[in-house]
Amino acid sequence: MLGGLVVILICQLVGVFVVAATGLPVPGPVVGMVLFLVILMVRRPPDSAGLARAGDLLLRYLPLFFVPAGVGIVSYLPLLAQQWLPVTVGLFGSWFLALAVTGAVATLLSRWRRGRGVAR
Amino acid sequence: MNVWGAWQAVTSSPLFGMTITLAAYWLATVIWARTGRHSAANPVLITIVLIATAITVLRVPYEEYFTGAQFINFLLGPATVALGLPLYRQAATIRRAAPIVIAGITTGSVTAIATGYWITKALGGSREMALSMAPKSATTPITIALSQQIGGVPSLSAVFAIVAGITGAVAAPRILNLLRITDPRARGLAIGVASHGLGTSRALLEDETTGAFSGLAMALNGLATSLLVEIVLRLIRA
Repeated sequence: MLGGLVVILICQLVGVFVVAATGLPVPGPVVGMVLFLVILMVRRPPDSAGLARAGDLLLRYLPLFFVPAGVGIVSYLPLLAQQWLPVTVGLFGSWFLALAVTGAVATLLSRWRRGRGVAR
Repeated sequence: MNVWGAWQAVTSSPLFGMTITLAAYWLATVIWARTGRHSAANPVLITIVLIATAITVLRVPYEEYFTGAQFINFLLGPATVALGLPLYRQAATIRRAAPIVIAGITTGSVTAIATGYWITKALGGSREMALSMAPKSATTPITIALSQQIGGVPSLSAVFAIVAGITGAVAAPRILNLLRITDPRARGLAIGVASHGLGTSRALLEDETTGAFSGLAMALNGLATSLLVEIVLRLIRA
């Protein structure tokens, strides 16, 4: 499992390197994620392998890892109180539209494909 | 005996921030289990409220709390890399439904970025606030990284992402019913795009297909939002 963790850390480091070298407007860890995906698709480890177990361990505690950033909201409470209307409508409005548009596009496309007799 | 000095030695130690973070999270998961794992009793939100209250009452500045909490924050990067794992597990699903998946996620991602920025800005929100809103539908760790990159406030974005996630976990199935979106694949994609991981945990309760497509949409939307956020922002401000 330690080996798996090392692979994950190296993926992130390579991601950071690629972003710094190319100026790609994407966070380093996201490039690391794509690299990790490629490694998984090539090596096809079972769930019991160190690579998968290290990944599952990190994902199990993922919610904990964004607590420190979230607590930072204490410094912005006055700003939020001041802009409560745009924040509330922006957040829930945009959430609703993303949900509705994604659902509608996927529904229409699958109906159209079915209509053309494409295998599901 | 210098009790005040000793207390300050405790709160300024990096161990303080780390300990209250782990302790609050543990307590929050216990509370969550007591509510029968109700979506609205989300452990991360409870943890944030507990810690925010504690450091405010104890008069510990956020920066001091963060000297300890940064060790936990640091693991966001490796955990983001680990998101490749659910993507790998859904690879077969992607291949089977590729056109639907790609079209749904791309349009959903653009909608989330553009409307998040635009609605916030149009109603009088500051540019900083609108930029913090733009990446809220990417999964939380990616949202935090993107917010930093585009000039938002990562802490605000983190909370927006969590609230978007909880909203999906609580309300998405009912709203999709009202919209008459019944195809389990379309439902899963919609929930994953709008509400990432928190929505996915709810989608898994609905049925296996909905859960699988939601998990897939969560990971791919993180990627799509990373690639598209700067382009979309440049286009709508032009």
